[in-house]
Amino acid sequence: MRYMLIIHNGENHPRPGDEGWDQLMADYGAFSAQLASYGTPFSGDPLAPPDMATTVRVHDGQTMVTDGPFAETKEWFSGYYIIDVENLDQALAAAAMIPSAKWGSVEVRPVLDM
Amino acid sequence: MDRDTAQHAHHVLASVLRSDRARILARVVRIVGDLAYAEDAVQEACVDAAHHWPRDGVPVNPQGWLVTAARRRTIDRLRSLTAASRRERAMFERTLGFDVEPDDAPVPDDRLRLIFTCCHPALAPEIQVALTLHAVGGLTTAEIASAFMVSEPTMGQRLSRGKRKIRETRIAYRVPHDGELPARLAPVLAAVYLIFTTGYLAPTGSSPVRVDLLDEAVRLSDVLCELLPDHAEVLGLAALVHLTDARRDSRLDDTGLAVDLTHQDRSRWNSDQITRGLTLLARARVANDPGPYQIQAAIAAVHARASDAAQTDWAMIATLYDGLLALTPSPVIAMNRALAIGLSRGPHEGLALLDDPALVRALSRHHRYHATRAHLWELAGDLPAARRAWAQSLELPMSAHERVTLLAHLEEISPVNAT
Repeated sequence: MRYMLIIHNGENHPRPGDEGWDQLMADYGAFSAQLASYGTPFSGDPLAPPDMATTVRVHDGQTMVTDGPFAETKEWFSGYYIIDVENLDQALAAAAMIPSAKWGSVEVRPVLDM
Repeated sequence: MDRDTAQHAHHVLASVLRSDRARILARVVRIVGDLAYAEDAVQEACVDAAHHWPRDGVPVNPQGWLVTAARRRTIDRLRSLTAASRRERAMFERTLGFDVEPDDAPVPDDRLRLIFTCCHPALAPEIQVALTLHAVGGLTTAEIASAFMVSEPTMGQRLSRGKRKIRETRIAYRVPHDGELPARLAPVLAAVYLIFTTGYLAPTGSSPVRVDLLDEAVRLSDVLCELLPDHAEVLGLAALVHLTDARRDSRLDDTGLAVDLTHQDRSRWNSDQITRGLTLLARARVANDPGPYQIQAAIAAVHARASDAAQTDWAMIATLYDGLLALTPSPVIAMNRALAIGLSRGPHEGLALLDDPALVRALSRHHRYHATRAHLWELAGDLPAARRAWAQSLELPMSAHERVTLLAHLEEISPVNAT
């Protein structure tokens, strides 16, 4: 079953240029290598921070484009993986290995086959 | 149809369902891979049995017959699925083919799988408890709803949400491996203990003891001991449950009011259950891996060994609370430790501990905190201080039974009676 691991960065998460940044990148490299070594099919990407977001709505045939949203929350959606594993326990084990989980959270949800 | 044969068949079916329903369900879950479908299939298999057994005689292996019938019912259902149910079909095809053991094979692992699935940490604790009572304990939705003081539709939603999450997020029917076991066992033990304490304290119900929940918790803790016989905390929980439950018959007086430990008639304590609890606790010690359930069981064992309340080894209990507080710090444990110290080293020492600002902050809205202080003030011989503390306790929420008991006690120590 495919699961999306939705990464939310917390407040103290290292940013580019911070002291912990290079280590974080190395840890993400190691995480990807580990998934590959298990033979787990996966994909995923990081996202630009929320202040780079633009929102599109189509209401009554009108397309509206707005800057933001500027989330008030302290955790923000920063990237994701989609992995194909046997069951939830395996997905949870993979989520726990994501380096950003140390400063934020990882939401795990099954991908629906439509 | 022979009336005796028919009666015998119904009797066997009822007794098999009473003793083996969880085993049969666990087995069918393993075969069909889904709790909700397995429950339907077992239900249908029982209808089949009620139809066939009186006519054809009771099968040699009734449990195996029911498992086979439930499996056949699921296959029928699979055949009748339309293309619209592609996802269900895919699920059955994935799981149905898989290792079906001979019907008479021992199957303790299936029940264990079911318990670990029901108590998976991906499910909310109230759902874990409800699913465990339903799937492993065989309680109906109405029974669980009434035990937890929620409406039947609410409990029905809770159960179906749990089953749906197990299916749709694919929570595996498996026993965690050794490395995962400590983390995965904790919610299982917590669920069983919560079932027990809910039965024992029955917080707001009209009856202060829920016998069905107590029986179920005792049974579940015994099942866990049977399945994980070398795990110290599993044995500790079972010991705790047995040692506490041994006092069941003396917990209420003739009018149905709760009797505290000090005033219970100890001759009515169940000595077989105490022996069983002490044996389990001794077995747990062999594993040399202390934990909170074992320490609480050891505290219950100190009470069980005292022939009357005055003989209670409060110094030992205080020492055990030191250990418990170190493992699982909590204001309530700190309060109980203060009481034990007050009863062993003198009330003023206990009262001083209860005045700790952190404890006051955490507990001043709980009636038991003030009741504990009142109790120690009484021992210290300061009745006005005791009455003030009892009055504070009465201002806070408590069950109707506790309130009546407390008012009766206040009457006893009132200045009018004291003269």
